[in-house]
Amino acid sequence: MAVVTYREALNQALREEMRRDPDIFLMGEEVGAYQGAYKVSRGLLEEFGEWRVRDMPIAELGFTGLGVGAAMVGLRPIIEYMTWSFALLAIDAIVNAAAKMRYMAGGQFKMPLTFRGPSGAANQVAATHSQALDSWYAHVPGLKVVAPATARDAKGLLKSAIRDDDAVIFLEGELLYGMKDDVPEDEDFLIPLGESEVKRAGTDVTIVVHSRPLHSALQAAKIVEEEDGISAEVIDPRTLRPMDIDTVLESVRKTNRCVIVEEGWPVCGIGSQIVDDIQREAFDYLDAPIARVTGADTPDPYAQNLEQIAFPQADYIVKAIRHTCYRE
Amino acid sequence: MATRVTQSDELLGLDRDKLIEMLRWMILGRRYEQKAAEMYQLGEIGGFCHLYIGQEAVAVGAITPLRDEDYVITAYRDHVHGLVRGMNPRAIMAELFGRIDGCSKGKGGSMHLFDISVNFMGGHAIVGGHLPVAVGIGYAIRYRESDAVCVCFLGDSVANIGAFNESLNMAALLQLPVIFVIENNQYGMGTAVHRAAAIENLADRACAYAGMQGWTIDGMDVLEVRRTVEAAVERARLHKLPTLVEAKTYRFVGHSMSDPNYGHYRTKEEVHHFKSTDDPIKQYIDILKKHSMIEEADLDEIENEVKAIVEESVEFASQSPAPPPSELYSDIYSGDYPDIKRRDPWRW
Repeated sequence: MAVVTYREALNQALREEMRRDPDIFLMGEEVGAYQGAYKVSRGLLEEFGEWRVRDMPIAELGFTGLGVGAAMVGLRPIIEYMTWSFALLAIDAIVNAAAKMRYMAGGQFKMPLTFRGPSGAANQVAATHSQALDSWYAHVPGLKVVAPATARDAKGLLKSAIRDDDAVIFLEGELLYGMKDDVPEDEDFLIPLGESEVKRAGTDVTIVVHSRPLHSALQAAKIVEEEDGISAEVIDPRTLRPMDIDTVLESVRKTNRCVIVEEGWPVCGIGSQIVDDIQREAFDYLDAPIARVTGADTPDPYAQNLEQIAFPQADYIVKAIRHTCYRE
Repeated sequence: MATRVTQSDELLGLDRDKLIEMLRWMILGRRYEQKAAEMYQLGEIGGFCHLYIGQEAVAVGAITPLRDEDYVITAYRDHVHGLVRGMNPRAIMAELFGRIDGCSKGKGGSMHLFDISVNFMGGHAIVGGHLPVAVGIGYAIRYRESDAVCVCFLGDSVANIGAFNESLNMAALLQLPVIFVIENNQYGMGTAVHRAAAIENLADRACAYAGMQGWTIDGMDVLEVRRTVEAAVERARLHKLPTLVEAKTYRFVGHSMSDPNYGHYRTKEEVHHFKSTDDPIKQYIDILKKHSMIEEADLDEIENEVKAIVEESVEFASQSPAPPPSELYSDIYSGDYPDIKRRDPWRW
């Protein structure tokens, strides 16, 4: 175990997996000579050469489709987007090709692709570069969607995503790259896709949260414990599709109250789906309506003060917890 | 109609068996599509069904010179490409019928035929969407240091889409063994090429990519197509250089089964003109006859053989069961679909 950054954990995962399997290659903008726009691929070009660490022109649709073609014939591409906002240019290749082609071919081949890059809130880069489109991808059958919030999860989940035989959308938190955490050095350290983790045990309310807002939720849990004596259980699904909802249900059946937090927009968000699962399967256990804390239903504003209030903050989560626990 | 790339022996030095085999493929393609039209009208085939009638010289001329390890990928007018590449005609018809013995278990349909056992990589129905996929296959070929090539067919309207530039640029930049064959049948659905593309010969766009050649040829002449694609294959196999071929052709039928053969965007006279003067099968038969390679009796024999294959395909497809409901959720993921009952409680 060593304390490393989220960025370094991802780098370890890439390096270890590429050493293990020569069919894996990394492709994207600035992944090679520049060492990665966020330095996640630092040193990989030097170790693996240009056929395995390939700088591409700014052509997201082109190199995403390229990854699909290479995966169809058995390679295991990792396609990096400089940010997930740019993947909007590749949406046809992701949704119509990567997600569906296996089905349309009656299962004749696999689609062992990993699409990865920074996602969610960023610092003052404004509306086109800062957004959480997690639910877009989670909507699509044929895709798996992963969004780690810690360095440890980032490493274990990326390794599993790369080894998976299906197309995986891997959403890295743009503001998490510098965050440090204990990360196992073991090359076989894997976190299976589709497993939630209880990040903090509690008894009075369940908070379901993924990606960067996990850290705000943990802060909020501490505040309500100290100020209100509320014991909050914090669960990170980590994989958004397929989601381990059983862990959430088990917790809600115990706490009878739930707050769901995400960076994305409120309408048809990840939380909307979780609410649906809870109301169907734990309706009789609920003592209060479920509360949601989301990103503001606006494009991300540039001004620092506006941006700060646009994404979920610990104090909004505190308010939602108190409301749900009838402590206002 | 267009210039020849090379002038050489009219029959390309091919022996009689190879020449007849090409004719057989063309006639099978024609009769197979005519039968598909009939089955569509009978309601056995649904959805969109785009027929290849009139364009047979392109698929036959471009696919017959390939090796087993080579790859073929195309758009949604794909039945004949699949046949010529070696797909089982029965599996294609069963797919058109939406049956379990179809190449994709009835889940892809007319526009999404796949058979990886013969390296036929689809059947792609989003215009231009498969070009980057073809480049990815080319990338995998070089990654594995194989000397295979990938032939990617595309319609004329693809030349105007962003993926065209992205794909050709990547193929030239990375020196990938991909041959892009534009089937310019004069119309993107109902829009004439000159109303969509600000260029006369689409292959001229190759000049934007270093190392790429662009050749515009008569796509109604199967031997010309073959000669040209052989030259492009050699560039790809030996020198890892991509080529853009534009085969000028014409579809004798509507864009899809829901489009009449003529009417709003092209005249009856125009269609008749192409059918009477430019039919690729008639032209090829004339050449073979001129060289005493074929007689009427041979043609009868081919027609009978082809008829038997087509009839048998229909018979097979009719007998094949519809896919069972359990197929609804299979093949989405490599493992079982997780939590079907939770996501979909009332369908079962």
